[in-house]
Amino acid sequence: MTLPFIILAVLTIAAAVAAMSLRNLIHCALAMVGAFGGLAALYLQLDAQFVGFTQILVYIGAVAILIVFAILLTRGGQVPEKALFSSSWIWGVLVTVAVFGTLAWTIKNSFASQRVPAERVEATVKEIGDALMTKFVLPLEVIGLLLTAALIGAVIIAMRDEVKK
Amino acid sequence: MTPLSAYLILSAMIFAIGLAGALTRRNAIIVLIGIELMLNAANLNFIAFWRFSEHPEALTGIMFVIFSIGIAAAEAAVGLALIIAIYRHYKTTNVDEVNSLRG
Amino acid sequence: MSDTFDQIFVSLKHWLLGYLPVWSQPVISCLLSIAVIIVAFATLFAITTWLERKGLARIQNRYGPNRAGIPLTNISLFGLGQPAADGIKALTKEDIVPFAADKLVHFFAPVVLVIPVLLSYAVLPIGRNMVAVDMDAGLLFFFAVGAATELSVFMAGWSSRNKYALLGAMRAIAQMVSYEIPLILSSVSVIMMVGSLSTVKIVEAQSTYHGLLPDWFVFTPWGFAGFILFMISALAESNRSPFDLPEGESEIVAGYFIEYSGFKFALFFLAEYLGMFAISGLGITLFLGGWHAPFAWLTWIPSWAWFFIKLVTLVLILIWIRGTVPRLRMDQLMNFAWKFMLPMALLNLVGVAIWHFMTPGLPRWLVGFALVVGPYLLLGRGLMAGKNLAKRTYRFAE
Repeated sequence: MTLPFIILAVLTIAAAVAAMSLRNLIHCALAMVGAFGGLAALYLQLDAQFVGFTQILVYIGAVAILIVFAILLTRGGQVPEKALFSSSWIWGVLVTVAVFGTLAWTIKNSFASQRVPAERVEATVKEIGDALMTKFVLPLEVIGLLLTAALIGAVIIAMRDEVKK
Repeated sequence: MTPLSAYLILSAMIFAIGLAGALTRRNAIIVLIGIELMLNAANLNFIAFWRFSEHPEALTGIMFVIFSIGIAAAEAAVGLALIIAIYRHYKTTNVDEVNSLRG
Repeated sequence: MSDTFDQIFVSLKHWLLGYLPVWSQPVISCLLSIAVIIVAFATLFAITTWLERKGLARIQNRYGPNRAGIPLTNISLFGLGQPAADGIKALTKEDIVPFAADKLVHFFAPVVLVIPVLLSYAVLPIGRNMVAVDMDAGLLFFFAVGAATELSVFMAGWSSRNKYALLGAMRAIAQMVSYEIPLILSSVSVIMMVGSLSTVKIVEAQSTYHGLLPDWFVFTPWGFAGFILFMISALAESNRSPFDLPEGESEIVAGYFIEYSGFKFALFFLAEYLGMFAISGLGITLFLGGWHAPFAWLTWIPSWAWFFIKLVTLVLILIWIRGTVPRLRMDQLMNFAWKFMLPMALLNLVGVAIWHFMTPGLPRWLVGFALVVGPYLLLGRGLMAGKNLAKRTYRFAE
């Protein structure tokens, strides 16, 4: 393991833990931004430049802003007085431990540790664009449809109902 | 170079943290953040597998992550719209208190 | 001779690096580039604050700063010492943090604002062979780091626990998110034409001369429309007048940085101007031929000088706009972004595609022209219809 990877991994994990455990919701959202940024840096480390920048643009530029807006709209900016965790938290922890144990055990016993990285891989923007327009054109169209549907759906769900008299 | 298993373990840890948050927190927005973290952990797996694959020029992992990011954005928009609608109705975003189906 | 001047900074850097051990060269090379970028643009920032105050004063029929000059003498140099005096004042002022503020977030907001702005200079080609990093996805990098500024604005507004700050931050975010879309879409037209996201390749594509005019994208119908759309969005992105609602001194005092003082306020001020330079620099790179000379016979002037001449010209135009155009209302701002800018930018993409596939000649110009003017007239008239606008009449006290 290299030093940059360890630094990024520790930062990402710390930010993720903070995002899930802090008391103030805005702090949670800001810690989540840290985790997303760390993940974007990990993508850059894996030579996936385009995906790394897209991650920053979409998650930090759009999703994080949406989330802080939602927190403010639902008056979550104040510190909640009641308990932080749900009443069935013990089951959640048990399920999480079981899932992580299974995943870790599988990774440890898999072929993954013997894998060597490809020599010098480059995913240039041109190649990605070509692939999007040829091999992956159907998923691209579907995602366009999905985004349009999500846009209209989100507007309609969040639209204030007309006050009936 | 960092071995593939390190990336996979890291991704599993992020997934577990997200899962723990989604299952134990009371606030619906934090539950949504947990789900986003889980999606991101899966994305990290895709990129790592792409980097360590025998045919990286096929770009399958990259494409999957691009589509996954698009879906996550749509999911966040709809999810937050739902949370706001629920808040308007119940005046709370606590998932424990939102337990009745009637309006 | 002209080549020596053109490459003077590049050769100076190579000459300096030649004296250093090989292992340290990449690191020192990076540090040198960063230092040069910071020093050059910070100097430009100082000059611009003076220019802006002087220019606005002239537009408003007053003098502007004209006292501060060389210390301990009576030489005032048209007030050129003002930036230094302002800087000393900002650095020595007390740093006040409101009692109710969220201390950590309040502290990090200006830091989070300055870092992305400085990062965005990494992909700006400021001269021939003078770009910090030539990235394959350079433009995407620029917009990705630009997205982080929205978050810091939110952090500043929310952590201050002040209603004006929060209102200003909400206004700023709504404005930035809305205008980011036409900004990126108008840049996409250039990307479609060049076929690359690398800023260096985009500048290269505008290097030839065609008769009297250079082959800059601004001299095509779609490029002209794209440039106008880009600069309007850039004005909104950098929160400048007429889009300065987030600050709106007369309404919400100073917006999201109302609770900042001393050095932190100076950082906000610096980041705002650096952001303006960065986005104007991107406009130059995309539409105004980057560091290329406007005429073939002017190529003896160094490329970096051309970049800065264009940048200062754009900045002067922005100051001029600030002195002339009144501030918009929030609903006007949003209507303008979503009902005019966005459809125009989308239709412009169609215009680029048609321009790209038609053979050069007069028909191409006519079609391109029609595809810009037609939507403009239709949309402009459509928005103005039913508004009952008449020419403003003035009444003066006799």
